[in-house]
Amino acid sequence: MSDETKPGLKSPLRRKLLMGMAALPAVSMLGRPAFADVPATSAVNTTGLAVTDSEVTVGILHSVTGTMAISETGSVEAEKLAIEQINAAGGVLGRKIKFIQEDGASDWPTFAEKAKKLLVNDKCAAVMGCWTSASRKAVLPVFEQYNGMLYYPTFYEGLEQSKNVIYTGQEATQQIIAGLDWVNKTKGAKSFYLLGSDYIWPRTSNKIARKHIENHLQGCKVVGEEYFPLGSTQFNSVINKIKLTKPDVIYAIIVGGSNVAFYKQLKAAGIDLSKQALLTISVTEDEIDGIGGENIAGAYACMKYFQSLDNPNNKAFVPAFKKMWGEKTVIGDVTQAAYLGPWLWKLTVEKAQSFDIDKIAAASPGVEFKGAPEGYVRIHENHHLWSKTRVGRAKADGQYELIYETADLVEPDPFPKGYQ
Amino acid sequence: MFGDYSISDLGAILAMQGFAGLILFSVYVLMALGLAIIFGQMGVINMAHGEFMILGAYVTWMTSNAVQHTAPWLFPGYFFIAMILAFIASGALGMLVEWALIRHLYKRPLDTLLATWGLSLILQQAYRSIFGAREVGVELPEWMMGSWQATDSIQIPINGMFVMGLTILITIVVFYILFWSSWGKQVRAVVQNRVMAGAVGINTEKVDRYTFGLGCGIAGIAGSAFTMIGSTGPTAGQLYIVDTFLVVVFGGAASLFGTIASAFSISQTQSTLEFFLSGSMAKVITLLTIVAILMVRPQGLFALKVRK
Repeated sequence: MSDETKPGLKSPLRRKLLMGMAALPAVSMLGRPAFADVPATSAVNTTGLAVTDSEVTVGILHSVTGTMAISETGSVEAEKLAIEQINAAGGVLGRKIKFIQEDGASDWPTFAEKAKKLLVNDKCAAVMGCWTSASRKAVLPVFEQYNGMLYYPTFYEGLEQSKNVIYTGQEATQQIIAGLDWVNKTKGAKSFYLLGSDYIWPRTSNKIARKHIENHLQGCKVVGEEYFPLGSTQFNSVINKIKLTKPDVIYAIIVGGSNVAFYKQLKAAGIDLSKQALLTISVTEDEIDGIGGENIAGAYACMKYFQSLDNPNNKAFVPAFKKMWGEKTVIGDVTQAAYLGPWLWKLTVEKAQSFDIDKIAAASPGVEFKGAPEGYVRIHENHHLWSKTRVGRAKADGQYELIYETADLVEPDPFPKGYQ
Repeated sequence: MFGDYSISDLGAILAMQGFAGLILFSVYVLMALGLAIIFGQMGVINMAHGEFMILGAYVTWMTSNAVQHTAPWLFPGYFFIAMILAFIASGALGMLVEWALIRHLYKRPLDTLLATWGLSLILQQAYRSIFGAREVGVELPEWMMGSWQATDSIQIPINGMFVMGLTILITIVVFYILFWSSWGKQVRAVVQNRVMAGAVGINTEKVDRYTFGLGCGIAGIAGSAFTMIGSTGPTAGQLYIVDTFLVVVFGGAASLFGTIASAFSISQTQSTLEFFLSGSMAKVITLLTIVAILMVRPQGLFALKVRK
């Protein structure tokens, strides 16, 4: 219930409120459906979330300071855009979305603390947030204990599923398998060199990639697998090893500042990506901005979204994003996935006709979002998204050109059998 | 592991690997030189060294943009202007910091550690507020990219050779300044005995300020050069700081020769191990070796002989 209905309210306001309440049946009798559509707060919010007759509060929890700010800035921008658009279209169950933004500061305990604040103090009806797996793992117990709802945008390693999280990015198999099949089939690739930054996501992803290459692709083999500490800036030795082993495909999952160093040095070492196939799952348009398009042109990336996608949804989304955040901003895969969060939440709330977390969790499977910039998406029983896998080729202007997309939506499989 | 490859293949890889080691060596020297001057000559542990480097990188980025917009014909050579500007910007900021912060802490070396670490956080957030949280891409002139085809199978990165040349040049200049110029004599006099140096008429405060400025300026040049091989973002300086300290401490804090010797041994170990093992393992073994050597020889490879 909203504060304004508490007893002991000052009389003029109270009188206005009573007048308003008295007017409600009259209004609905006049046949104005806009008002009649707004269900009573007591009916849609039985667990004391921050929902009033006119407003609902959600949280945004990303790092805007610290090392992760590089990556998470795009997600914050996309979520704010989505919220603004939803409000312009009438809000959620007739209520405008108000957001409270907290800064995780690239520090995992801070994420947990802020998550608790958003759930316990602010009673947020949903939280859009986190980027790294480490931050998600840090907030997960908080969301489960206080029964909150998290919309998590990043493609990640899988091996997780929670009632309190909707994963709007791809889990590992969605991003890896279709891409490997494609490069094997169309490029005739037989030998792969796996590279990665040394932490859970690249290691788990490469494990899945290796199993797939060795067990499912005929006559294919891995000729090298290597990891570098986060922040490594020197890749000349491994580039020489690549030159020696001459793999058909370099499969690279390098992140952060290392990414920039790797591609610059690859180019400087004379490896021509128009001849040497390189497939990555860690370079979106956002990263190319830092790497420089001329240094990575020709590389293939396996994602579910590219800014250059040619569909009506995306053609509306890209200009709206640029109008809000500037002509020069680029939109990567995760930014688009973050944009899905508020929309999926809105659709789920409307399906459930309730803001209650338990009802949303139960209503989520089967929710479809036809207006997604990546095209149609649907939430699976396991709280991940059915979505297409796409391969794009980097161009010198920093955009990807779509080369291939799966015919059907790919089923999310966070606990893939035979890949662990 | 080498059974399947021909002799000429192996020869080419060996040559390129040799160059990879030398390039790594130059990178290490370049990033450590500024820190070694400040640490060695003044005893100040400058935790903000990486941020001074990134200032140089941002100056390069701004110069690149400015030249492209106002004088495109200058673009092929803009990098040299950018490096000079980077030196001036980082050097000036360094002198300002010395005046405002460091000089009050000379008698408390551990406090300089804390103060400069705080400074590094402040600078990082300042970069983030001014230039945005995302990385920026520094565009390079065409001739600096790609590789030089020495033979059919040997390619040497041009930017690597550029860094090498730059490192040699800067090392010579630094040695000239410190060991032959009269100002260098003053610096060394202050290091050896501050009170006596003051007594014979050397303005020790001024010497300190310029030494700090020189160290930061060289960091700026290093940052500018590293836009060719690495990333430019608010926190990119952190990527270099650990390696930098490693090189300086292992070499012996007060010795420039030591810094060069340690850069050489660390880079060769690292790049050879990386070739035969994997990236992460190479790092682990390199670090273990350094720790072991420092346990036997805590003063580092070369120690300056001073009267205690």
